[in-house]
Amino acid sequence: MKEIVVISGKGGTGKTSITAAFAMLAGKNAVIADCDVDAADMHLLLQPDFAKSEDFYSGFKAEIDQELCMKCGKCKQACRFDAVKKIDDSYNILNLDCEGCGYCAEICPVKAIQMVEQNVGKWYISKIKNNAQMVHARLGIGADNSGKLVAKVKKEAKNIAQEASKDFILVDGSPGIGCPVVSSLSGADYVIIVTEPTLPGFHDMKRVYELVQNFHLTAGCIINKYDINKEISEKIKSFCKKNSIDIISYFPYDETFTQAMTQGKTIVEFDDGNLKKILENSWKKIISLTDQH
Amino acid sequence: MKISIASGKGGTGKTTLATNLAYLLSQKSPVILADLDVEEPNSGFFIKGKEIHEKKVFRMIPEWDKEKCVLCGNCQRVCKFNAVIKLWEEVLVFNQLCHSCYACSELCPQNALPMKTYEVGKITEFEQNNLHFIEGKLNVGEEQAVPLIKETIDFTNHNYSSDILRIFDAPPGTSCPVIEATKSADYIILITEPTPFGLHDLKLAVEVMRELKKDFGVIINRYGIGNDDVVQYCEDERIPLLGKIPNMKKAAEAYSKGELLSEAIPEIRSAILDIIKNLQDREVLL
Repeated sequence: MKEIVVISGKGGTGKTSITAAFAMLAGKNAVIADCDVDAADMHLLLQPDFAKSEDFYSGFKAEIDQELCMKCGKCKQACRFDAVKKIDDSYNILNLDCEGCGYCAEICPVKAIQMVEQNVGKWYISKIKNNAQMVHARLGIGADNSGKLVAKVKKEAKNIAQEASKDFILVDGSPGIGCPVVSSLSGADYVIIVTEPTLPGFHDMKRVYELVQNFHLTAGCIINKYDINKEISEKIKSFCKKNSIDIISYFPYDETFTQAMTQGKTIVEFDDGNLKKILENSWKKIISLTDQH
Repeated sequence: MKISIASGKGGTGKTTLATNLAYLLSQKSPVILADLDVEEPNSGFFIKGKEIHEKKVFRMIPEWDKEKCVLCGNCQRVCKFNAVIKLWEEVLVFNQLCHSCYACSELCPQNALPMKTYEVGKITEFEQNNLHFIEGKLNVGEEQAVPLIKETIDFTNHNYSSDILRIFDAPPGTSCPVIEATKSADYIILITEPTPFGLHDLKLAVEVMRELKKDFGVIINRYGIGNDDVVQYCEDERIPLLGKIPNMKKAAEAYSKGELLSEAIPEIRSAILDIIKNLQDREVLL
Protein backbone atom coordinates (compact mmCIF):
# COMPACT_ATOMS: atom_id res chain seq x y z
CA MET A 1 0.00 0.00 0.00
CA LYS A 2 1.32 3.42 -1.00
CA GLU A 3 0.38 6.69 0.57
CA ILE A 4 0.34 9.55 -1.95
CA VAL A 5 0.08 13.09 -0.59
CA VAL A 6 -0.84 16.05 -2.79
CA ILE A 7 0.30 19.52 -1.64
CA SER A 8 1.03 22.85 -3.29
CA GLY A 9 2.55 25.49 -1.00
CA LYS A 10 0.43 28.21 -2.56
CA GLY A 11 -3.35 27.90 -2.41
CA GLY A 12 -5.59 27.79 -5.45
CA THR A 13 -3.23 25.98 -7.82
CA GLY A 14 -5.75 23.25 -8.62
CA LYS A 15 -4.68 20.73 -6.00
CA THR A 16 -8.16 19.57 -5.02
CA SER A 17 -9.64 19.46 -8.55
CA ILE A 18 -6.72 17.32 -9.71
CA THR A 19 -6.73 15.06 -6.62
CA ALA A 20 -10.48 14.45 -6.94
CA ALA A 21 -10.00 13.42 -10.57
CA PHE A 22 -7.28 10.97 -9.48
CA ALA A 23 -9.69 9.60 -6.89
CA MET A 24 -12.19 8.78 -9.65
CA LEU A 25 -9.45 7.20 -11.78
CA ALA A 26 -8.11 5.13 -8.88
CA GLY A 27 -11.62 3.82 -8.21
CA LYS A 28 -11.96 1.25 -5.47
CA ASN A 29 -8.20 0.69 -5.32
CA ALA A 30 -7.78 3.78 -3.20
CA VAL A 31 -8.93 5.22 0.10
CA ILE A 32 -9.29 8.98 -0.12
CA ALA A 33 -8.28 11.29 2.74
CA ASP A 34 -9.13 14.99 2.69
CA CYS A 35 -6.53 16.51 4.99
CA ASP A 36 -7.26 20.14 4.12
CA VAL A 37 -9.40 20.09 7.24
CA ASP A 38 -9.93 23.80 7.76
CA ALA A 39 -11.19 24.50 4.24
CA ALA A 40 -12.13 21.07 2.95
CA ASP A 41 -13.63 21.14 -0.54
CA MET A 42 -13.10 17.71 -2.04
CA HIS A 43 -16.49 16.47 -0.83
CA LEU A 44 -18.13 18.94 -3.22
CA LEU A 45 -16.82 16.86 -6.12
CA LEU A 46 -16.80 13.34 -4.67
CA GLN A 47 -20.15 13.51 -2.86
CA PRO A 48 -19.46 11.39 0.21
CA ASP A 49 -22.46 10.03 2.14
CA PHE A 50 -21.20 11.06 5.63
CA ALA A 51 -22.18 7.55 6.77
CA LYS A 52 -20.17 7.55 9.97
CA SER A 53 -19.24 10.60 12.00
CA GLU A 54 -17.43 11.17 15.25
CA ASP A 55 -16.54 14.20 17.37
CA PHE A 56 -12.90 15.07 17.69
CA TYR A 57 -11.50 16.32 20.98
CA SER A 58 -8.10 17.89 21.26
CA GLY A 59 -6.43 20.54 23.37
CA PHE A 60 -7.75 22.39 26.39
CA LYS A 61 -9.10 25.75 27.49
CA ALA A 62 -8.94 27.08 31.02
CA GLU A 63 -12.14 27.79 32.97
CA ILE A 64 -12.24 29.75 36.22
CA ASP A 65 -14.76 28.80 38.88
CA GLN A 66 -15.81 32.24 40.15
CA GLU A 67 -17.16 30.76 43.40
CA LEU A 68 -13.77 29.35 44.33
CA CYS A 69 -11.62 32.17 42.95
CA MET A 70 -10.09 34.36 45.66
CA LYS A 71 -8.93 36.96 43.11
CA CYS A 72 -5.21 36.75 43.84
CA GLY A 73 -4.35 37.41 40.16
CA LYS A 74 -1.60 34.77 40.00
CA CYS A 75 -3.17 33.27 36.88
CA LYS A 76 -2.95 36.61 35.09
CA GLN A 77 0.70 37.00 36.06
CA ALA A 78 1.61 33.51 34.87
CA CYS A 79 -0.19 33.62 31.51
CA ARG A 80 2.16 34.36 28.60
CA PHE A 81 -0.74 34.73 26.16
CA ASP A 82 -2.60 37.60 27.83
CA ALA A 83 -5.59 35.28 28.04
CA VAL A 84 -6.62 36.25 31.58
CA LYS A 85 -8.50 39.52 31.77
CA LYS A 86 -9.61 41.32 34.88
CA ILE A 87 -13.12 42.64 34.32
CA ASP A 88 -14.37 44.76 37.22
CA ASP A 89 -13.37 42.61 40.14
CA SER A 90 -13.24 39.19 38.54
CA TYR A 91 -10.67 37.29 36.52
CA ASN A 92 -11.85 35.84 33.21
CA ILE A 93 -10.37 33.64 30.49
CA LEU A 94 -10.39 35.00 26.93
CA ASN A 95 -11.13 31.82 25.02
CA LEU A 96 -9.61 32.95 21.74
CA ASP A 97 -6.31 33.78 23.41
CA CYS A 98 -6.05 30.76 25.73
CA GLU A 99 -3.47 28.27 24.43
CA GLY A 100 -4.54 25.56 26.85
CA CYS A 101 -1.11 25.27 28.47
CA GLY A 102 -2.57 24.78 31.95
CA TYR A 103 0.03 26.93 33.71
CA CYS A 104 -2.70 28.98 35.43
CA ALA A 105 -4.51 25.85 36.64
CA GLU A 106 -1.24 24.44 37.92
CA ILE A 107 -0.40 27.43 40.10
CA CYS A 108 -3.88 28.49 41.27
CA PRO A 109 -3.62 28.29 45.08
CA VAL A 110 -7.29 27.34 45.51
CA LYS A 111 -7.60 25.07 42.46
CA ALA A 112 -10.29 27.29 40.96
CA ILE A 113 -9.16 26.67 37.39
CA GLN A 114 -10.15 23.60 35.39
CA MET A 115 -8.65 22.62 32.05
CA VAL A 116 -11.51 21.52 29.80
CA GLU A 117 -10.87 19.37 26.76
CA GLN A 118 -12.16 20.96 23.55
CA ASN A 119 -14.39 19.57 20.85
CA VAL A 120 -12.54 20.95 17.84
CA GLY A 121 -14.36 19.27 14.99
CA LYS A 122 -15.83 16.15 13.46
CA TRP A 123 -14.41 13.47 11.24
CA TYR A 124 -16.28 11.19 8.86
CA ILE A 125 -15.97 7.88 7.06
CA SER A 126 -17.96 7.95 3.86
CA LYS A 127 -18.60 6.14 0.64
CA ILE A 128 -18.08 8.43 -2.35
CA LYS A 129 -19.87 8.30 -5.69
CA ASN A 130 -17.64 5.61 -7.21
CA ASN A 131 -18.12 3.52 -4.01
CA ALA A 132 -14.57 4.06 -2.81
CA GLN A 133 -14.14 5.06 0.82
CA MET A 134 -13.16 8.52 1.96
CA VAL A 135 -12.10 9.85 5.36
CA HIS A 136 -12.66 13.56 5.83
CA ALA A 137 -13.19 16.09 8.56
CA ARG A 138 -14.42 19.47 9.50
CA LEU A 139 -12.51 21.62 11.93
CA GLY A 140 -14.69 23.69 14.23
CA ILE A 141 -14.90 27.41 13.63
CA GLY A 142 -11.72 29.11 14.74
CA ALA A 143 -10.41 25.92 16.32
CA ASP A 144 -6.75 25.12 16.54
CA ASN A 145 -5.13 21.69 16.54
CA SER A 146 -5.69 21.23 12.82
CA GLY A 147 -2.47 19.20 12.72
CA LYS A 148 -3.91 16.68 15.15
CA LEU A 149 -7.14 16.35 13.19
CA VAL A 150 -5.10 15.78 10.03
CA ALA A 151 -3.18 13.02 11.82
CA LYS A 152 -6.48 11.44 12.88
CA VAL A 153 -7.91 11.50 9.33
CA LYS A 154 -4.74 9.92 7.98
CA LYS A 155 -4.66 7.25 10.65
CA GLU A 156 -8.28 6.22 9.98
CA ALA A 157 -7.66 6.16 6.23
CA LYS A 158 -4.63 3.96 6.78
CA ASN A 159 -6.59 1.52 8.94
CA ILE A 160 -9.27 1.15 6.29
CA ALA A 161 -6.71 0.75 3.52
CA GLN A 162 -4.82 -1.91 5.45
CA GLU A 163 -7.89 -3.90 6.43
CA ALA A 164 -9.26 -3.93 2.90
CA SER A 165 -5.80 -4.37 1.29
CA LYS A 166 -6.11 -1.30 -0.91
CA ASP A 167 -3.27 -0.22 -3.18
CA PHE A 168 -3.34 3.48 -2.39
CA ILE A 169 -4.20 6.16 0.11
CA LEU A 170 -4.70 9.39 -1.76
CA VAL A 171 -4.33 12.45 0.48
CA ASP A 172 -5.39 16.01 -0.37
CA GLY A 173 -3.22 18.29 1.77
CA SER A 174 -3.58 21.95 2.74
CA PRO A 175 -1.70 25.02 1.50
CA GLY A 176 1.24 26.49 3.41
CA ILE A 177 4.12 24.85 5.27
CA GLY A 178 2.73 24.80 8.83
CA CYS A 179 1.46 22.11 11.18
CA PRO A 180 -1.37 20.65 9.02
CA VAL A 181 1.05 20.25 6.10
CA VAL A 182 3.71 18.69 8.30
CA SER A 183 1.07 16.29 9.65
CA SER A 184 -0.10 15.32 6.18
CA LEU A 185 3.46 14.66 5.01
CA SER A 186 4.42 12.38 7.85
CA GLY A 187 4.35 8.77 6.70
CA ALA A 188 3.92 9.58 3.00
CA ASP A 189 5.41 7.31 0.34
CA TYR A 190 5.18 9.81 -2.47
CA VAL A 191 4.46 13.55 -2.60
CA ILE A 192 2.85 15.35 -5.53
CA ILE A 193 3.36 19.11 -5.66
CA VAL A 194 0.77 20.90 -7.79
CA THR A 195 2.14 24.29 -8.76
CA GLU A 196 1.53 27.11 -11.24
CA PRO A 197 4.12 29.11 -13.21
CA THR A 198 3.76 32.38 -11.33
CA LEU A 199 6.44 34.02 -9.19
CA PRO A 200 4.43 33.28 -6.00
CA GLY A 201 3.61 29.74 -7.16
CA PHE A 202 7.27 28.88 -7.83
CA HIS A 203 8.48 30.54 -4.61
CA ASP A 204 5.92 28.67 -2.49
CA MET A 205 6.69 25.39 -4.21
CA LYS A 206 10.40 25.77 -3.39
CA ARG A 207 9.57 26.39 0.27
CA VAL A 208 7.26 23.42 0.54
CA TYR A 209 9.80 21.24 -1.27
CA GLU A 210 12.38 22.17 1.37
CA LEU A 211 9.94 20.73 3.89
CA VAL A 212 9.53 17.57 1.76
CA GLN A 213 13.33 17.22 1.77
CA ASN A 214 13.43 17.54 5.56
CA PHE A 215 11.28 14.40 5.62
CA HIS A 216 13.49 12.66 3.01
CA LEU A 217 10.50 12.01 0.76
CA THR A 218 10.41 11.58 -3.01
CA ALA A 219 8.27 13.97 -4.96
CA GLY A 220 6.75 14.60 -8.35
CA CYS A 221 5.43 17.83 -9.80
CA ILE A 222 2.37 18.83 -11.79
CA ILE A 223 2.47 22.26 -13.43
CA ASN A 224 -1.04 23.63 -13.80
CA LYS A 225 -1.76 26.53 -16.23
CA TYR A 226 1.76 25.99 -17.65
CA ASP A 227 0.99 28.28 -20.59
CA ILE A 228 0.33 31.48 -18.62
CA ASN A 229 4.08 31.94 -18.23
CA LYS A 230 6.22 29.54 -20.21
CA GLU A 231 9.44 31.12 -18.99
CA ILE A 232 8.65 30.31 -15.35
CA SER A 233 7.37 26.86 -16.40
CA GLU A 234 10.85 26.22 -17.83
CA LYS A 235 12.43 27.39 -14.57
CA ILE A 236 10.21 25.05 -12.57
CA LYS A 237 11.22 22.25 -14.92
CA SER A 238 14.94 22.89 -14.37
CA PHE A 239 14.39 23.15 -10.64
CA CYS A 240 12.70 19.75 -10.71
CA LYS A 241 15.50 18.21 -12.78
CA LYS A 242 18.15 19.59 -10.46
CA ASN A 243 16.37 18.19 -7.41
CA SER A 244 15.33 14.85 -8.95
CA ILE A 245 11.64 15.74 -8.70
CA ASP A 246 9.67 13.69 -11.25
CA ILE A 247 7.80 15.84 -13.73
CA ILE A 248 4.40 14.19 -13.96
CA SER A 249 2.44 16.45 -16.30
CA TYR A 250 1.49 19.92 -17.53
CA PHE A 251 -2.04 21.26 -17.69
CA PRO A 252 -2.99 24.24 -19.85
CA TYR A 253 -4.94 27.22 -18.53
CA ASP A 254 -8.47 25.90 -19.02
CA GLU A 255 -11.74 27.13 -17.55
CA THR A 256 -13.19 23.63 -18.00
CA PHE A 257 -11.87 23.03 -14.46
CA THR A 258 -14.36 25.60 -13.17
CA GLN A 259 -17.20 24.41 -15.38
CA ALA A 260 -16.83 20.85 -14.08
CA MET A 261 -16.68 22.09 -10.48
CA THR A 262 -19.82 24.16 -11.00
CA GLN A 263 -21.65 20.95 -11.87
CA GLY A 264 -20.19 19.07 -8.92
CA LYS A 265 -18.13 16.87 -11.21
CA THR A 266 -14.49 15.95 -11.45
CA ILE A 267 -12.75 16.72 -14.76
CA VAL A 268 -12.72 13.07 -15.82
CA GLU A 269 -16.50 12.88 -15.54
CA PHE A 270 -17.05 16.15 -17.36
CA ASP A 271 -14.46 16.49 -20.10
CA ASP A 272 -13.90 13.94 -22.80
CA GLY A 273 -10.99 15.64 -24.44
CA ASN A 274 -7.51 16.83 -23.71
CA LEU A 275 -7.76 17.35 -19.94
CA LYS A 276 -9.14 13.88 -19.33
CA LYS A 277 -6.30 12.39 -21.36
CA ILE A 278 -3.66 14.33 -19.40
CA LEU A 279 -5.23 13.20 -16.12
CA GLU A 280 -5.35 9.53 -17.17
CA ASN A 281 -1.73 9.65 -18.29
CA SER A 282 -0.73 11.43 -15.09
CA TRP A 283 -2.36 8.79 -12.90
CA LYS A 284 -0.71 5.96 -14.87
CA LYS A 285 2.62 7.71 -14.46
CA ILE A 286 2.07 8.18 -10.72
CA ILE A 287 1.31 4.46 -10.31
CA SER A 288 4.49 3.51 -12.08
CA LEU A 289 6.56 6.12 -10.20
CA THR A 290 5.31 4.95 -6.82
CA ASP A 291 6.15 1.38 -7.84
CA GLN A 292 9.74 2.41 -8.49
CA HIS A 293 10.24 4.24 -5.21
CA MET B 1 -7.98 51.75 10.94
CA LYS B 2 -6.94 48.14 10.45
CA ILE B 3 -8.36 46.18 7.52
CA SER B 4 -7.62 42.48 7.24
CA ILE B 5 -8.06 40.63 3.95
CA ALA B 6 -8.95 36.98 4.38
CA SER B 7 -10.58 34.26 2.28
CA GLY B 8 -11.10 30.74 3.56
CA LYS B 9 -10.00 29.17 0.27
CA GLY B 10 -6.44 29.76 -0.90
CA GLY B 11 -5.59 31.40 -4.20
CA THR B 12 -8.68 33.61 -4.44
CA GLY B 13 -6.80 36.91 -4.67
CA LYS B 14 -5.99 38.05 -1.11
CA THR B 15 -2.52 39.18 -2.07
CA THR B 16 -3.71 40.80 -5.31
CA LEU B 17 -6.32 42.80 -3.44
CA ALA B 18 -4.06 43.71 -0.50
CA THR B 19 -1.17 44.93 -2.65
CA ASN B 20 -3.32 46.87 -5.12
CA LEU B 21 -5.45 48.48 -2.41
CA ALA B 22 -2.35 49.47 -0.44
CA TYR B 23 -0.57 50.77 -3.54
CA LEU B 24 -3.47 52.90 -4.81
CA LEU B 25 -4.32 54.26 -1.36
CA SER B 26 -0.68 55.14 -0.69
CA GLN B 27 -0.73 57.62 -3.58
CA LYS B 28 -2.83 59.89 -1.37
CA SER B 29 -1.68 59.15 2.19
CA PRO B 30 0.63 56.78 4.10
CA VAL B 31 -0.37 53.10 4.24
CA ILE B 32 1.12 50.11 6.03
CA LEU B 33 0.79 46.78 4.28
CA ALA B 34 1.61 43.76 6.46
CA ASP B 35 1.95 40.32 4.89
CA LEU B 36 0.69 37.98 7.61
CA ASP B 37 0.58 34.90 5.38
CA VAL B 38 3.89 34.03 7.03
CA GLU B 39 3.99 30.43 5.77
CA GLU B 40 3.94 31.56 2.15
CA PRO B 41 4.25 35.38 1.99
CA ASN B 42 3.80 36.69 -1.55
CA SER B 43 2.96 40.41 -1.34
CA GLY B 44 6.66 41.17 -1.80
CA PHE B 45 6.51 40.06 -5.43
CA PHE B 46 4.20 42.95 -6.23
CA ILE B 47 5.51 45.73 -3.99
CA LYS B 48 8.99 46.76 -5.03
CA GLY B 49 10.13 48.83 -2.09
CA LYS B 50 13.56 49.59 -0.67
CA GLU B 51 14.51 47.30 2.19
CA ILE B 52 15.12 49.40 5.27
CA HIS B 53 15.19 46.92 8.09
CA GLU B 54 15.30 43.22 8.77
CA LYS B 55 15.05 41.48 12.08
CA LYS B 56 15.07 37.89 13.18
CA VAL B 57 12.15 36.71 15.26
CA PHE B 58 12.69 34.41 18.19
CA ARG B 59 10.56 32.34 20.46
CA MET B 60 11.48 31.19 23.94
CA ILE B 61 12.04 27.47 24.38
CA PRO B 62 13.26 25.60 27.47
CA GLU B 63 16.71 24.06 27.41
CA TRP B 64 17.57 21.18 29.69
CA ASP B 65 20.41 21.67 32.15
CA LYS B 66 21.62 18.18 32.91
CA GLU B 67 23.78 19.29 35.84
CA LYS B 68 20.92 20.85 37.79
CA CYS B 69 18.19 18.32 36.95
CA VAL B 70 17.17 15.77 39.59
CA LEU B 71 14.84 13.93 37.17
CA CYS B 72 11.69 14.61 39.20
CA GLY B 73 9.56 14.62 36.04
CA ASN B 74 7.51 17.68 37.00
CA CYS B 75 8.25 19.30 33.61
CA GLN B 76 6.75 16.38 31.72
CA ARG B 77 3.72 16.40 33.98
CA VAL B 78 2.92 20.10 33.52
CA CYS B 79 3.47 20.22 29.74
CA LYS B 80 0.12 19.90 27.95
CA PHE B 81 1.77 19.68 24.54
CA ASN B 82 4.03 16.66 25.07
CA ALA B 83 6.94 18.94 24.26
CA VAL B 84 8.97 17.95 27.32
CA ILE B 85 9.53 14.25 27.87
CA LYS B 86 11.56 12.55 30.57
CA LEU B 87 13.13 9.49 29.11
CA TRP B 88 15.18 7.35 31.47
CA GLU B 89 17.88 9.69 32.73
CA GLU B 90 17.31 12.41 30.21
CA VAL B 91 14.83 15.22 29.53
CA LEU B 92 14.04 15.86 25.88
CA VAL B 93 12.54 19.11 24.58
CA PHE B 94 10.68 19.05 21.25
CA ASN B 95 10.92 22.63 19.98
CA GLN B 96 8.18 22.24 17.36
CA LEU B 97 5.64 21.15 19.94
CA CYS B 98 6.52 23.79 22.55
CA HIS B 99 4.08 26.69 22.89
CA SER B 100 6.46 28.82 24.99
CA CYS B 101 4.14 28.91 28.02
CA TYR B 102 7.07 28.80 30.51
CA ALA B 103 5.25 26.37 32.84
CA CYS B 104 7.95 23.67 32.79
CA SER B 105 10.69 26.23 33.21
CA GLU B 106 9.20 28.32 35.99
CA LEU B 107 7.79 25.36 37.91
CA CYS B 108 11.03 23.39 37.83
CA PRO B 109 12.19 23.13 41.46
CA GLN B 110 15.84 23.05 40.35
CA ASN B 111 15.72 25.75 37.64
CA ALA B 112 16.99 23.09 35.31
CA LEU B 113 14.96 24.25 32.29
CA PRO B 114 15.98 27.86 31.62
CA MET B 115 14.25 29.50 28.63
CA LYS B 116 16.50 30.14 25.62
CA THR B 117 15.82 31.98 22.37
CA TYR B 118 14.97 29.98 19.28
CA GLU B 119 14.70 31.51 15.80
CA VAL B 120 11.37 31.01 14.02
CA GLY B 121 11.48 33.50 11.16
CA LYS B 122 12.10 37.09 10.22
CA ILE B 123 10.34 40.39 9.71
CA THR B 124 11.48 42.67 6.89
CA GLU B 125 10.44 46.25 6.42
CA PHE B 126 10.35 47.91 2.99
CA GLU B 127 9.50 51.42 1.92
CA GLN B 128 8.10 52.69 -1.36
CA ASN B 129 7.21 56.39 -1.03
CA ASN B 130 4.13 56.45 1.21
CA LEU B 131 3.80 52.68 1.31
CA HIS B 132 5.39 50.86 4.25
CA PHE B 133 5.50 47.15 3.61
CA ILE B 134 6.18 44.71 6.45
CA GLU B 135 6.68 41.05 5.66
CA GLY B 136 6.67 38.19 8.16
CA LYS B 137 8.34 35.02 6.87
CA LEU B 138 8.36 31.74 8.77
CA ASN B 139 11.46 29.54 8.61
CA VAL B 140 10.82 26.31 6.71
CA GLY B 141 10.38 23.47 9.19
CA GLU B 142 8.78 25.72 11.81
CA GLU B 143 5.20 24.56 12.27
CA GLN B 144 3.60 27.33 14.30
CA ALA B 145 2.65 30.43 12.34
CA VAL B 146 0.74 32.19 15.12
CA PRO B 147 3.70 33.56 17.17
CA LEU B 148 5.24 35.15 14.07
CA ILE B 149 1.91 36.64 12.94
CA LYS B 150 1.56 38.18 16.39
CA GLU B 151 5.12 39.56 16.27
CA THR B 152 4.55 41.06 12.83
CA ILE B 153 1.41 42.88 14.01
CA ASP B 154 3.26 44.03 17.15
CA PHE B 155 6.07 45.33 14.94
CA THR B 156 3.67 47.61 13.05
CA ASN B 157 2.13 48.76 16.35
CA HIS B 158 5.47 49.68 17.86
CA ASN B 159 6.99 51.33 14.84
CA TYR B 160 4.14 53.31 13.32
CA SER B 161 1.57 55.74 14.58
CA SER B 162 -1.85 54.20 15.06
CA ASP B 163 -3.33 56.91 12.78
CA ILE B 164 -1.86 55.25 9.71
CA LEU B 165 -4.11 52.88 7.77
CA ARG B 166 -3.07 49.24 8.06
CA ILE B 167 -3.87 46.56 5.52
CA PHE B 168 -3.22 42.95 6.55
CA ASP B 169 -2.78 40.17 4.00
CA ALA B 170 -4.06 37.18 6.03
CA PRO B 171 -3.31 33.47 5.50
CA PRO B 172 -5.90 31.11 3.94
CA GLY B 173 -8.09 28.75 5.97
CA THR B 174 -10.29 29.26 9.02
CA SER B 175 -8.11 28.08 11.91
CA CYS B 176 -5.75 29.71 14.40
CA PRO B 177 -3.46 31.62 11.97
CA VAL B 178 -6.50 33.33 10.41
CA ILE B 179 -7.92 34.21 13.83
CA GLU B 180 -4.60 35.78 14.81
CA ALA B 181 -4.46 37.80 11.57
CA THR B 182 -8.04 39.09 11.87
CA LYS B 183 -8.87 39.38 15.56
CA SER B 184 -7.29 42.83 16.02
CA ALA B 185 -8.70 44.27 12.76
CA ASP B 186 -11.53 46.80 12.64
CA TYR B 187 -12.88 45.57 9.32
CA ILE B 188 -12.47 42.34 7.36
CA ILE B 189 -12.68 41.94 3.60
CA LEU B 190 -13.39 38.37 2.52
CA ILE B 191 -12.34 37.74 -1.05
CA THR B 192 -13.67 34.75 -2.92
CA GLU B 193 -14.28 33.38 -6.40
CA PRO B 194 -17.70 32.58 -7.85
CA THR B 195 -17.29 28.80 -7.78
CA PRO B 196 -18.61 26.03 -5.51
CA PHE B 197 -15.22 25.81 -3.70
CA GLY B 198 -15.14 29.59 -3.32
CA LEU B 199 -18.69 29.72 -1.95
CA HIS B 200 -18.21 26.80 0.43
CA ASP B 201 -15.08 28.29 1.98
CA LEU B 202 -16.62 31.78 2.02
CA LYS B 203 -19.44 30.43 4.19
CA LEU B 204 -16.86 29.04 6.65
CA ALA B 205 -15.01 32.37 6.70
CA VAL B 206 -18.30 34.20 7.31
CA GLU B 207 -18.99 31.92 10.29
CA VAL B 208 -15.57 32.77 11.71
CA MET B 209 -16.12 36.52 11.29
CA ARG B 210 -19.55 36.30 12.91
CA GLU B 211 -18.03 34.34 15.78
CA LEU B 212 -15.40 37.07 16.18
CA LYS B 213 -18.20 39.68 15.91
CA LYS B 214 -16.41 41.47 13.09
CA ASP B 215 -17.76 43.91 10.60
CA PHE B 216 -17.04 42.49 7.14
CA GLY B 217 -17.82 42.64 3.42
CA VAL B 218 -17.20 40.40 0.41
CA ILE B 219 -15.36 40.88 -2.88
CA ILE B 220 -15.71 38.47 -5.79
CA ASN B 221 -12.55 37.90 -7.78
CA ARG B 222 -12.44 36.28 -11.24
CA TYR B 223 -16.01 37.42 -11.68
CA GLY B 224 -17.45 35.90 -14.85
CA ILE B 225 -16.35 32.29 -14.33
CA GLY B 226 -18.53 29.86 -12.39
CA ASN B 227 -22.01 31.01 -11.43
CA ASP B 228 -23.96 33.63 -9.49
CA ASP B 229 -24.40 31.63 -6.27
CA VAL B 230 -21.98 33.82 -4.30
CA VAL B 231 -23.93 36.96 -5.25
CA GLN B 232 -27.16 35.25 -4.23
CA TYR B 233 -25.64 34.07 -0.96
CA CYS B 234 -24.48 37.59 -0.06
CA GLU B 235 -27.95 38.96 -0.84
CA ASP B 236 -29.67 36.28 1.24
CA GLU B 237 -27.33 36.80 4.17
CA ARG B 238 -27.37 40.60 3.79
CA ILE B 239 -23.60 40.70 3.50
CA PRO B 240 -22.34 43.79 1.66
CA LEU B 241 -20.81 42.98 -1.71
CA LEU B 242 -17.97 45.47 -1.94
CA GLY B 243 -16.98 44.82 -5.52
CA LYS B 244 -16.20 42.44 -8.34
CA ILE B 245 -12.85 41.97 -10.03
CA PRO B 246 -13.29 40.63 -13.58
CA ASN B 247 -11.90 37.27 -14.72
CA MET B 248 -9.22 37.77 -17.38
CA LYS B 249 -6.49 35.44 -18.58
CA LYS B 250 -4.41 38.61 -19.06
CA ALA B 251 -4.61 39.17 -15.30
CA ALA B 252 -3.27 35.67 -14.59
CA GLU B 253 -0.39 36.36 -16.97
CA ALA B 254 0.45 39.74 -15.43
CA TYR B 255 0.21 38.23 -11.93
CA SER B 256 2.59 35.44 -12.93
CA LYS B 257 5.28 38.04 -13.69
CA GLY B 258 4.81 39.94 -10.44
CA GLU B 259 3.10 42.91 -12.09
CA LEU B 260 0.78 45.03 -10.02
CA LEU B 261 -2.58 44.44 -11.73
CA SER B 262 -3.86 47.97 -11.16
CA GLU B 263 -0.88 49.22 -13.16
CA ALA B 264 -0.97 46.52 -15.83
CA ILE B 265 -4.69 46.20 -16.55
CA PRO B 266 -7.04 49.23 -16.72
CA GLU B 267 -10.20 47.15 -16.07
CA ILE B 268 -8.71 45.84 -12.83
CA ARG B 269 -7.55 49.28 -11.80
CA SER B 270 -11.08 50.59 -12.20
CA ALA B 271 -12.51 47.63 -10.25
CA ILE B 272 -10.13 48.35 -7.35
CA LEU B 273 -10.97 52.07 -7.48
CA ASP B 274 -14.67 51.16 -7.27
CA ILE B 275 -13.91 49.04 -4.21
CA ILE B 276 -12.09 51.98 -2.59
CA LYS B 277 -15.07 54.24 -3.33
CA ASN B 278 -17.40 51.65 -1.82
CA LEU B 279 -15.25 51.38 1.33
CA GLN B 280 -15.29 55.17 1.62
CA ASP B 281 -19.09 55.28 1.27
CA ARG B 282 -19.28 52.77 4.09
CA GLU B 283 -16.88 54.87 6.12
CA VAL B 284 -14.41 51.99 6.39
CA LEU B 285 -11.94 54.29 4.65
CA LEU B 286 -11.71 58.04 5.04
